[in-house]
Amino acid sequence: METAATYPTGNLAISTSGLTRQFGNLTAVDHLELQVQYKEIFGLLGANGAGKSTLIKMLTTLLVPTSGTAAVGGFDIIQSPATVRQNIGYVSQLLSADGALTGYENLQLSARLYGLPGKERNTRIGSALEFMGLAESANKLVKTYSGGMVRRLELAQAMLHRPAILFLDEPTIGLDPVARHMVWDRLLDLRRQYGMTVLITTHDMEEAEALCDRLAILHTGRINVVGKPAELRAGLGADATMDDVFAHYAGGLIHESGSFSEVVNTRRTAHRLG
Amino acid sequence: MKRFIRESAAIVQIELIKLVRDPTEVVSRAVQPVLWLVVFGQVLAQVRGIHTGQLSYLAFITPGILAQSILFSAIFYGIALIWERDLGVVQKLLVSPALRSSLVFGKAVAAGFRGLVQAVVIFIIALVMHVSVNLEPLSVLAVMFSVMLGSGIFATFSLIIACIVKTRERFMGIGQLLTMPMFFASNAIYPLDIMPNWLRIIAHINPLTYLIDALRGLVITGGGSVYGYGVDFGVMITVFILLLLAAIRLYPTLAE
Repeated sequence: METAATYPTGNLAISTSGLTRQFGNLTAVDHLELQVQYKEIFGLLGANGAGKSTLIKMLTTLLVPTSGTAAVGGFDIIQSPATVRQNIGYVSQLLSADGALTGYENLQLSARLYGLPGKERNTRIGSALEFMGLAESANKLVKTYSGGMVRRLELAQAMLHRPAILFLDEPTIGLDPVARHMVWDRLLDLRRQYGMTVLITTHDMEEAEALCDRLAILHTGRINVVGKPAELRAGLGADATMDDVFAHYAGGLIHESGSFSEVVNTRRTAHRLG
Repeated sequence: MKRFIRESAAIVQIELIKLVRDPTEVVSRAVQPVLWLVVFGQVLAQVRGIHTGQLSYLAFITPGILAQSILFSAIFYGIALIWERDLGVVQKLLVSPALRSSLVFGKAVAAGFRGLVQAVVIFIIALVMHVSVNLEPLSVLAVMFSVMLGSGIFATFSLIIACIVKTRERFMGIGQLLTMPMFFASNAIYPLDIMPNWLRIIAHINPLTYLIDALRGLVITGGGSVYGYGVDFGVMITVFILLLLAAIRLYPTLAE
């Protein structure tokens, strides 16, 4: 019997109050108020530059807010960043698995950095590989993996220590439809089997609708709307699609958005995925 | 402390696995010291214009070239770090609960092992060229420690530069700008006594000078340390600790 994620403390998995981050004169996240329930798959949508990645960086303690507060798993991100880090898993938009190592070695590194005891380490790694359908490829170099396999390996790394909350920054970017669906299935399994809360950013409206219990659409660092995908569509009319919802609340069409560096990052990831 | 060692060892282990799987970079970096010893060293030895006491010129510059090799290899370590940042590896490490100090120290120790590969290459060349290399086990151990410490110093310095400049293009420019002046403003290929005063002052605050001084005493039979090993290692350990403290503070900014 697998151990489910344990909920550290507090009633909400994630809560922010007046969370703000400025870079010089630019306000990337502007007095943001957000509440995410435990076991929820919560989507963050928005054009590039809307503040999604900055928000995730603050919630994962990579970036200190300019003002405001946030709690992840009940722990303050400024007062207790180390405790927050023990309770979260993170998959970055970029492909962060090390191609020069095998899948097993990548997981071994994560297990040691997360302090999994020696006796338990191999069991957890074996079970994570099994869960992600990578057991047979465990001893192959990651640079020989397909894009979907790399993403599943990164999910395995992020879930190895059974975090209460998973942060996923555009985890299916650049994947073909089959690989994308496999990642979705694993995410839904993670929630079902381990009760993990998932905060996911995406540009893929199909993904938002298929995965997310609720989603928020950000525009210029603020949340324009929060709700269930079906409710948001219904709010715009009977025939409205998620693309219509996005265009209505995100302040523009998807293909018009994106700063130069964001486009470079996105293309780099897509290129590495082949 | 146990946690610090476990986490640092994890970082070192993966770096070593990668080094063993693909030693191309380290081996290719060994070509330059071969040229310095075989071409520059032999030609200058014929000129006899530089007084190196009881040591032949080739024996005098062997520790200098070893230190240069360590410097040139370690100072570009930051490039790999910027690459890791661009790949999202740094972000992943920083989101883990691992101590920042273990992540930085692990990188420095890993750079030390890369330095050891360079040292082996230089030792072999020196032996082939009939330089009187001291192969007593204690001396060899002390050389290994010096090489690892020197590599740690320059790799940590490189890490700090990477955290400040954040892009490969800027880093390459600064790396090139630093290496040659550090090399020439040291006792690597000539003694400090023949330097003009202003250059001697710079050489005295250059940690490379103390690494070379220690290596000259340890690597070459009949060689000696001008400042004494206490001063050499005292300076190097102090510099290393100060650089580590700065790097631990700056490393998280790489993910911002």
